[in-house]
Amino acid sequence: MWKDFPLYPEQASTIAQPVDLLYFFLIAVSAFFALLISVLVVVFAAKYRKSRPDAYSAHIEGSTKLEMVWTIIPLGLTMVMFAWGTILFFDQARMPAGAMEFTVTGKQWMWKVQHPTGQREINDLHMPIGRPLRLTMTSEDVIHSYYIPAFRTKQDVVPGRYSQMWFEANKLGTFDLFCAEYCGTKHSQMIGKVTVMTQEDYERWLSGAVANETPVQAGERLFTALRCITCHNATSAARGPNLAGQFGKEVELSTGAKVTFDADYVRESILNPNAKLVAGFQPLMPTFQGQVKEEDILSLIAYLKTFGATAPAAGSAAK
Amino acid sequence: MKSTVLTPPAPTPHLAPEAKERTTYLTADYGWKSWLFTVDHKRIAVLYLISIMTFFLIGGAFALLMRAELLTPKGDLFEAETYNKLFTMHGVVMIFFFLVPSIPAVLGNFLVPIMIGTKDLAFPKINLLSWYIYVVGGAATLFVAITGGVDTGWTFYAPYSSTYANTNVAGTAIAVFITGFSSILTGLNFIVTIHKMRAPGMTWFKMPLFLWAQYATSLIMILGTPVLAITVLLLGLERLFHIGVFDPALGGDPVLFQHLFWFYSHPAVYIMILPGMGVISEIVACFAKKRIFGYHFIAFSSLAIAIFGFLVWGHHMFVSGQSAYAGMVFSFLTMLVAIPSAVKVFNWIATLYKGQVSLETPMLYALGFIGLFTIGGVTGLFLAVMGLDRHVHDTYFVVAHFHYVMVGGMVMAFMGGMHFWWSKMFGRMYPEAMGQFAAVVIFVGFNFTFFPQFLLGYMGMPRRYHQYNEEFVILNVLSTAGATILGGGFLMSICYFIWSLKWGKPATQNPWEAKGLEWEKAPTPPPTFNFPDGERIVVTEDAYAYTEEEAHDHVAAGVKK
Repeated sequence: MWKDFPLYPEQASTIAQPVDLLYFFLIAVSAFFALLISVLVVVFAAKYRKSRPDAYSAHIEGSTKLEMVWTIIPLGLTMVMFAWGTILFFDQARMPAGAMEFTVTGKQWMWKVQHPTGQREINDLHMPIGRPLRLTMTSEDVIHSYYIPAFRTKQDVVPGRYSQMWFEANKLGTFDLFCAEYCGTKHSQMIGKVTVMTQEDYERWLSGAVANETPVQAGERLFTALRCITCHNATSAARGPNLAGQFGKEVELSTGAKVTFDADYVRESILNPNAKLVAGFQPLMPTFQGQVKEEDILSLIAYLKTFGATAPAAGSAAK
Repeated sequence: MKSTVLTPPAPTPHLAPEAKERTTYLTADYGWKSWLFTVDHKRIAVLYLISIMTFFLIGGAFALLMRAELLTPKGDLFEAETYNKLFTMHGVVMIFFFLVPSIPAVLGNFLVPIMIGTKDLAFPKINLLSWYIYVVGGAATLFVAITGGVDTGWTFYAPYSSTYANTNVAGTAIAVFITGFSSILTGLNFIVTIHKMRAPGMTWFKMPLFLWAQYATSLIMILGTPVLAITVLLLGLERLFHIGVFDPALGGDPVLFQHLFWFYSHPAVYIMILPGMGVISEIVACFAKKRIFGYHFIAFSSLAIAIFGFLVWGHHMFVSGQSAYAGMVFSFLTMLVAIPSAVKVFNWIATLYKGQVSLETPMLYALGFIGLFTIGGVTGLFLAVMGLDRHVHDTYFVVAHFHYVMVGGMVMAFMGGMHFWWSKMFGRMYPEAMGQFAAVVIFVGFNFTFFPQFLLGYMGMPRRYHQYNEEFVILNVLSTAGATILGGGFLMSICYFIWSLKWGKPATQNPWEAKGLEWEKAPTPPPTFNFPDGERIVVTEDAYAYTEEEAHDHVAAGVKK
């Protein structure tokens, strides 16, 4: 009977079980208190039911000792919940090394996914079992949220910035994918399926899908086509900073402040180049707003991660 | 007349004390002008009661239409756009036009001056103004609803609301903006009244806990509501004039909107629940015929909730892209705000211990409140625990949780309070047997409606879905069935309340044998200035002195307690 009436969705990722365990702990604590309170209410209401009109209640002002008890015990319990939940959350907030790098672009009302090898798909996600996936996500319009209940994880996808999430499936099958942040008329149709396959099946699927250029290749092509290379090169007379090997490092700005050369910084510099100017350069770069699509920027970022990097970038050829 | 407001109650010559039929605030004057231009806090409370109940019925109708759509997985009753408008209008109407004003503007307006032993609020004309502002805001909202509605969700998240929605966001923003001032004025009025107009002897710690709750609520109203006004104003400016604040395409930040919005809207949750807690304290003490347990702890827990309530808004944003470290701080502070709520629950239960408990309708609602609010409270912890929130955020789990707090808590308290003070307001009793029956129907209907939604949420059904997967259908059918029972219960109550206005049993001054100035000193219904002419209110007793005499007698007779 419980098969037809499950109380939690399938556990299909490495974090599903830990999340459910925490859930059961909270249910146990909640049920205990809800029961305790209900029983006390019923017992007191029955036992001290008004009997005679001249009967009177005990005169009790309160008890500091009791107040301490029912302050400290719940406080202790909530601290356990807090610590447990925070540890779990941070495990999911820290991106694992060597994950496969996927990009996700949300738009009203579809999910566009690109695999590290360049294949694209819409609304669905095919992925291998037992390997962590790292998703770099943005939106072309409003806020969406990438939610896979069987993986117990979701992350808002916000226009104008990149959000990241990761998960590792540990169960083969097909699972629901929902948009969890209300995004307009067809919000409830912004759904899809996540298919978890064996490594071999995944590779077979990849070879069957239309293979586009990989994000890194696309980024390299764009870097030339958009003429980035004209200014951003290694010559001493270059009008822009050399970007080789810069990704992930700190750069000094003309204001003296320092920023990390990361995805958000690249994005901002493409769309609004003069907002954070690297020290020693003139504000010459034009904006590329309107000329590049979100996916193009994601490709450029993927390229810059590998461009001039000494070690091969994580994810592009993950083992 | 202008400057007499702050002076102590003086005999008013136009009320003839020897008249056979005592003049009450209801019979002091007749005609629509005497209501629409009244400055009597009790009449304004009645005006508010009529208006908020109108919005309650409208919001309830939206809810039932939504539940009808969700009876089947397919979107077969309404278009997606219509459904989205329904849940948006349901939220906007219920929150801004029913829940926020309900207890403060109706029961608070009626009772605050009487409970502290004065003849009106500090600023009676501002009090009337607040009602007019509410009506203008409400009319604007109805106008929006009739002329096409709005589909952003009551949360108005940008940039959907500021750029992409094709519905009347600006109109709704203006309506909410206007209505906010009504809250601010009510809060201001209560704070000044409670500070300056307490009767001689009514010290802070002799005040009924209802007043502490109103006071804490008023603080949130005047500190939080302006932030909401700023937020919807910026939203309106961005939408109408494309000033970039929230839309990244215009150089704005959509997460900033969420910070600003929740900075008001989380404390607003406490605007909605704190007055309810105040009502429960009154009812529990009265129907246990016993001094409230831990008076000071309950009083201070109201203030603690009001203060901590301002520091937890980020727990709505764990997966929004907010820093994980910020999330950690918000999660921690949210755990702290849970404690004063727990303290209140335990104190109410301890009040029952060795009392003389009777189970009339108000008490049924109060005991129902304690149970449902506890479930609402502990499920709030599920959402405040970051690792779990990643899964249940924006699912039906959230919907179930806040309905347990808002309906299971706040609406139960409102119903309990209405039954408790109905006779004081209108001079007649509601039918007791019907009242108890309706209370049970509402309790059952409520749980049927919202408990399945916890399960739906953990199963992964996102909120605000017009159509859903087959696997969720059983729980949705249960929920819709419950909603019809719940709706029936409310309708029944409204009918017998209206019936009792004319045919109810005439009430004595103190039918519950309750303590408190509104029962012991004010006639039923009270005259315009609340207390009999010439009676000077001096308070000597503590609040809830249900057992004082016995205690003294016993001490005097040397009997051990």
